[in-house]
Amino acid sequence: MGLKSKIEKFLGILALLAMVVGSYVGLVVVPADAAQGNVQRLMYVHVPAAWLAFLAFFVVFVMSVLYLIQRDERWDRVAASSAEIGVMFTVVTLLLGMMWGKPTWGVYWTWDPRLTTTAILLAIYVGYGALRSFADDGEKRARWSAIVGVIGFANVPIVYMSVTWWRTLHQPPSSPRSVAPDILWTLMLNLAAFTLVYLYLMMRRIRLAKLEGELERRMAYNA
Amino acid sequence: MSLLRRAWAIVWKDLLIEARTKQSFNAMVFFAALVLFIFSFALGPDTELLQRVAGGLLWVGIAFTGLLSLSRTYQNEETSGGLEGLRAYPGDPRAIYLGKLLGNIVLLLLVEAVLIPAAGILFQANLWPHALGLVAVSVLGTIGFSLVGTFYSALTVNLRAREVMLPLLLFPALVPVLLGAVNATTLILEGDLMGEAVVWLRVLGGFDIIFFVICIWIFPIALEE
Repeated sequence: MGLKSKIEKFLGILALLAMVVGSYVGLVVVPADAAQGNVQRLMYVHVPAAWLAFLAFFVVFVMSVLYLIQRDERWDRVAASSAEIGVMFTVVTLLLGMMWGKPTWGVYWTWDPRLTTTAILLAIYVGYGALRSFADDGEKRARWSAIVGVIGFANVPIVYMSVTWWRTLHQPPSSPRSVAPDILWTLMLNLAAFTLVYLYLMMRRIRLAKLEGELERRMAYNA
Repeated sequence: MSLLRRAWAIVWKDLLIEARTKQSFNAMVFFAALVLFIFSFALGPDTELLQRVAGGLLWVGIAFTGLLSLSRTYQNEETSGGLEGLRAYPGDPRAIYLGKLLGNIVLLLLVEAVLIPAAGILFQANLWPHALGLVAVSVLGTIGFSLVGTFYSALTVNLRAREVMLPLLLFPALVPVLLGAVNATTLILEGDLMGEAVVWLRVLGGFDIIFFVICIWIFPIALEE
């Protein structure tokens, strides 16, 4: 067993342990929120998922820029892997948000700026994935998707600003709630757990991307 | 200067082909009119309701119609390998982007010059008092739409499923343009009592500048062979 696969295995076990501990603390140890009750516990998975989604897309952006400068396949593989995992985290974020929104706001969906921006973010990176699956040539696929990775990310702040103006020209923004220390450290614990999950998935996905690239090359060679 | 001259040559060539054949313009106007009609049918004959949502309907119509012409941006070149020819010319490939961009903007603005008055008649809105504001929104919105559209259509031109891929990439990127254009149009049609339309015109202007810089900068990479 090589060093990389040892690290991967270690990361996987660590991520699993961290998820178990994080969930236990979030579900059992920390007391329920006074105002929202048990529903608030969803926050311990919802917020980390959202942060990880943003982190993943930021990684796509950085790797895309690196690819466009250096034209090294490795950056393309990291970008593609991170985009896929980011889409997964975004879907998780939106679904958990809906589960929280129904009992708290009374609706699954509302055109809140952050909600709307997250949905658009999902659309941008689903487009990124679709572009990859429709491009046959490896070099072109890497170059085109890197461009979409750059433009898509550059657009996020503009989208967020325009959506915020769209909503707040007519209604005041909701005020931020102060966060108790209990909630904060549980949140941090779960954030750490989710980050480990992200790193583990990234290692696996990048390895898979490498194999896929190898397969593509061999099939092209045999054809 | 030669960059602009080369861009202008492409604009002139495309517009001349368009003026002789009218293959895009006619189809676009007809398609846009159909979109407006279908919306009116779908929402019923309630004139007040139609007037309230006119800005949104108009821009959805423009977006769909624009998509139609964007997907044909490089068609003149494609059939006889002309894009390779254009690429092979010495000088900056950005001229191709600039030329195609300008051609798309002009064509879409011409369609809007027919579509917006037609919408005014269909939705029984008096547009003359708001003409200046509407022209400003159309120009800024069309530039934003064409900036990203011309870029992404170059990116998807060699793709297998480009009819699907172009809107899939384009529409999420265009959210600020659509929000800005729809809100500005609606506010202007309502008389813009609070002076809010300017905010949206600024959003459009800002988007146009940012994406002009990004697209011009990245385009040569998108066109590499």
